[in-house]
Amino acid sequence: MRRNEYLIKAFFFLTACVSVTILALIMIFLVKEGAPILSHVTLKEFLFGQYWYPTDDPVAFGIFPLIVGTVSVTLISTLVSVPLGVMTAVYIAEIATDNLAAIIKPLVELIAAIPSVVIGFFGMVVVSPFLQDTFGVPTGLNLFNASLMLAFMATPTICSVTEDAIRSVPESLKEASLALGATHLETIFKVTVPAAISGISTAIILGMSRAVGETMVVLMVAGGAAMNPHSLFDPVRPMPASIAAEMGEAAFGSEHYNALFATGVVLFLFTLGFNLFAAWIAGRYNRK
Amino acid sequence: MTGNRIQYRMAKQKILFGLFRSAAVLNGLALFAVVYFITSRGFSALSWEFLSQAPRDSMTKGGIFPCIIGTLCLSGGAILFALPVGVATAVYLNEYARPGKIVGFIRMAINNLAGVPSIVFGLFGLAFFCIILKMGVSILAGALTLGVMSLPVVIGSSEEALKSVPDTYREASLGLGATKWQTIFRVVIPTALPGILTGTILALSRAAGETAPIMFTGAVFFTPKLPESLMSEVMALPYHIYILATAGINIEQTRPMQYGTALVLVLLVLGMNMFAMILRYRLRRKMKP
Repeated sequence: MRRNEYLIKAFFFLTACVSVTILALIMIFLVKEGAPILSHVTLKEFLFGQYWYPTDDPVAFGIFPLIVGTVSVTLISTLVSVPLGVMTAVYIAEIATDNLAAIIKPLVELIAAIPSVVIGFFGMVVVSPFLQDTFGVPTGLNLFNASLMLAFMATPTICSVTEDAIRSVPESLKEASLALGATHLETIFKVTVPAAISGISTAIILGMSRAVGETMVVLMVAGGAAMNPHSLFDPVRPMPASIAAEMGEAAFGSEHYNALFATGVVLFLFTLGFNLFAAWIAGRYNRK
Repeated sequence: MTGNRIQYRMAKQKILFGLFRSAAVLNGLALFAVVYFITSRGFSALSWEFLSQAPRDSMTKGGIFPCIIGTLCLSGGAILFALPVGVATAVYLNEYARPGKIVGFIRMAINNLAGVPSIVFGLFGLAFFCIILKMGVSILAGALTLGVMSLPVVIGSSEEALKSVPDTYREASLGLGATKWQTIFRVVIPTALPGILTGTILALSRAAGETAPIMFTGAVFFTPKLPESLMSEVMALPYHIYILATAGINIEQTRPMQYGTALVLVLLVLGMNMFAMILRYRLRRKMKP
């Protein structure tokens, strides 16, 4: 009897280790398939090379424009999604009546449920022509459009994590502020939000991490030009778009194949960095 | 003087609250715009023929039946992997594990797995399932890739469901002489089951809508056959939308098919989500004393 119980516990422990194993396998295989590119180009050439011509003659494997593409769509989408997500969260948690919040919250959750390919499609057939007509830009598939679509996708993440953070602020803190004569608004700005700031930071980082890794939207809407953008309406080619667009044609084991896996490593490190940073902030907060 | 000051502060509050409200409304409007647009343009493409037939005439006519079947196979297969592994992991974390370095490490791995970009799962699936394990482009490889990606979602919602089971249930069972395993299997898991199922539906809907993980591992542009075995390659709804909208030779002629496919996918995914939300709502009401 006792031995059985021990075996059962061991079985559950082993299953719990599946996630760890998978994460390890992901890292091993990305590096295994990506590292051989370093026998063709140096790490510096790969990361900071300005030219990404994977199929031309001579080939060039510089992913700097792709990194710039990823960073620029992420930053611009964050400029939209953070105010939108945080303000919506404050509205749901602090201002809206319970009934109203019960309507808005599921709507925001439904946004998170829309498949990314549908949002990319919407960006292609609706937002892109609109941008072309309104701003007279040569292509509607550009940095701005992709950032808008990414912001739309990242907002629910930011909103729900922020809302949890705001709701976890003790009621007594808010009551003390109100009792001192502060208005509801002043309480939100000077007491509630500062008290929830680490949770809100986590929310922002998770939202950015989502924008960094999102593939279909940048594949369909960003325009696909591997160049450093000079304006908001220039096309870009973020890392996920490059991998998704080219992997189908890259022959197994070719330099191009290795270069795409190496790009995957860089992308993975980006999101890993964001997640570890978010965990660090959350951990520091919990210890207090 | 003080009267003016208070009026000013209240006016400021009113304006800013209005701003917050418009942010919330903007989200709703954006959701509405996407759904309205897809529905209004896709509705005319919907017909029995569209849902039940294969594409013809280089995708300009016919339907999307193979894509629907493919998506069901891929996402269903993903859940067949993610559900048992995810629930068992959650049971370990919530019922057996004591807080410590090992559990912290497992949790960190799960959190990071949840943050891995979908295209990186695609790369991993290609290198590991398709090539090293020799599965090729197949339902099996695609479903496993999606399953691996769904794992953190299933673990998270299962753990939440297990946590909501009151400790008194466990104590009562143990007090009657049941072993720990009997308690988990006969008391804890059945009580948590509705919550676990809700999370599973959400994971299923997410798997059904993903494109990047299956584009090199399970889905193909066109295959004349319906899947015959786990090793068949399939067509899938999200990949179909992507290919028709970007890579076809007749992008304009296939527009109605694109809208129709997008509408079917949106209905499928949002339908599952709303179903899960209603389940969760009823569950919460039941749990309240």
